[in-house]
Amino acid sequence: MPEPSAPDPSAPDPSGPLTGLGVSRGRAAGPLIRMAAPPTLPPPRPVTDPAAEAAAVASALTALAADLTRRAASAGHTAGHANGHADGHADGAAAEAAEILEALAMIAEDPMLLEDAESRARDGMDAAHALDAAFTQHREALAALGGYLAERAADLDDLRHRAVAFALGLPMPGLPAPGHPYVLVAEDLSPADTAGLGPDVLALVTERGGPTSHTAILARGRGLPAVVACAGIMDVPDGTVVGVDGGTGEVAVGLTEEQAAEVQEGDRAERARLAAGSGPGRTKDGHPVKLLLNIGSAQDLRPDAEGVGLFRTEFLFLDRTTAPSFEEQVAAYAEVFAQTESVIVRTLDAGTDKPLPFLGLPAEPNPALGVRGLRVDRLLPDVLDTQLDAIAEAARKTGAEAWVMAPMVTTVAEAAGFVRRARARGIARVGAMVEVPAAALRAGRLLREVDFLSIGTNDLAQYTFAADRQHSALADLLDPRQPALLQLIAMCAEAGQEAGKPVGVCGEAAGDPLLAPLLVGLGVTSLSMAPVCVPAVRETLAGLTLAECRDRAVAALS
Amino acid sequence: MAQRTVVVASASGLHARPAKLFVQAAARLGVPVTVRLGEKTVPAKSMLGVLSLGAVHGTEVTLEADGPGAEEALDSLVALLARDLDSDLDTEEALDA
Repeated sequence: MPEPSAPDPSAPDPSGPLTGLGVSRGRAAGPLIRMAAPPTLPPPRPVTDPAAEAAAVASALTALAADLTRRAASAGHTAGHANGHADGHADGAAAEAAEILEALAMIAEDPMLLEDAESRARDGMDAAHALDAAFTQHREALAALGGYLAERAADLDDLRHRAVAFALGLPMPGLPAPGHPYVLVAEDLSPADTAGLGPDVLALVTERGGPTSHTAILARGRGLPAVVACAGIMDVPDGTVVGVDGGTGEVAVGLTEEQAAEVQEGDRAERARLAAGSGPGRTKDGHPVKLLLNIGSAQDLRPDAEGVGLFRTEFLFLDRTTAPSFEEQVAAYAEVFAQTESVIVRTLDAGTDKPLPFLGLPAEPNPALGVRGLRVDRLLPDVLDTQLDAIAEAARKTGAEAWVMAPMVTTVAEAAGFVRRARARGIARVGAMVEVPAAALRAGRLLREVDFLSIGTNDLAQYTFAADRQHSALADLLDPRQPALLQLIAMCAEAGQEAGKPVGVCGEAAGDPLLAPLLVGLGVTSLSMAPVCVPAVRETLAGLTLAECRDRAVAALS
Repeated sequence: MAQRTVVVASASGLHARPAKLFVQAAARLGVPVTVRLGEKTVPAKSMLGVLSLGAVHGTEVTLEADGPGAEEALDSLVALLARDLDSDLDTEEALDA
């Protein structure tokens, strides 16, 4: 995998096609807009015409206010449109965004701010420094008041960056909001940036990042084409129409409107074709591979899948100060069971790494190495007992075949204990997640206790490489193509074949059309993924024989 | 110089949306109005100025204006500050929904 690299002056000619790593399939074309870092102030400039600097200050603030007002109107427009849709949240959030933007616009056109910055300019400061100083002074005044107003100080920082960027003629920092669809380009995207991505983003291209970076995961989850590690992309001017191929990693620069329309049309046709593909997962030569869904609730279900491979039950427990009742759990599980023929329920996956208020667990120095997943049961056995009771009851009520699995199983004894408690309630099939190397190494022995295994590749990578799965600087260690990780997966799959029991993969790797064939080649029997990933994985598998998948696996292990 | 003293009625003080409504109203008047709290005097149409007063619920502020229309301008702003703008907003939102 290429190292993340800084912009390189010898990078490819920005007028030709650029190439990076395609990390989320699909194609899109549109005007590129760079997400810029906050502007760095150049050294103060000697001023010969103070009146011109004062005028530049005023026009930067006017432009800033106009930009914010336009964005407020556009957000308010979205809010209006969302009316009548079921999604009241989106409506409320858009209205709130409009409100915030209006308030920011009022600050941008604040007479005190203008007067302050203008007077600094008339005293001989250049426009950018005059703006910077005026904002800084007001920021400090608010920060000194504490409480609510101190929090508003951060808004002033954002406004200051934008005003200074206007004065210097630099691109706007933060997520762009041009009011039309665009291709978002950035050096890299933080989780905070990606959380705010609006519906007008057509595709993502970053100069840094790798296949497991946040950008990649988010893009795949949303079905947005994405290319990472694309050298030279930050040098392409804003507004240039680019075509992004998230499969090949190619970014075509300077398309005509006709060419852009062709790309968009091609993508629509491709998506329609993929969506039309259906039926069970299989290789070109007919080897079956179950394609299952990772879901959090009944809302995530899609008709076109062979069941649910990972039903995360955490959502029921979030923000609770007391555990959800048996009845409440039965209702939530039954809602899912009633709509799908087979479902694997994962019991509560929380703990000191993902704290839930009702658990009341003490903080730990190394939460990832502490009480998490099934280990919570050591301290609070009632939580699991109630959950297993509720799953069994929901299965009885709906007649569904519910399987259960426990997260973070580490030893055979833990697996045996879990199996005993689930079977005592008449639960059909009981399994274990393989997320730590200890479990993978003992997969054969585990399979004497459990009916199936499901490999969580993100956590298994984290513990195999001793690399925090959130750590962006360690992304290469967390690459699911790492041979050590693949070898552990292969051990589990072989143990499954010997025992005649299913071994699946749920996690990022399973939904990646480039990795799915490799996992099949290693011998896993099912792939469970975000619903949006299913069509592309189905199609990729259908194009390869089992032998070809095995060749890929062998090559990757070497 | 026309002058009025009024107690800020909004539960959240002159912050957030009440401040926005007050500043918008002041900007529409066409008469320059100032707000004084203790030693500090700011233009009523300055969001940053009004926020920086840090006026919480129950704070007494003094509004001042000069010239034609000053009395009416002050009356309208006093009426605004004397209302609980937070609960007014809640009412508006309830009607919207």
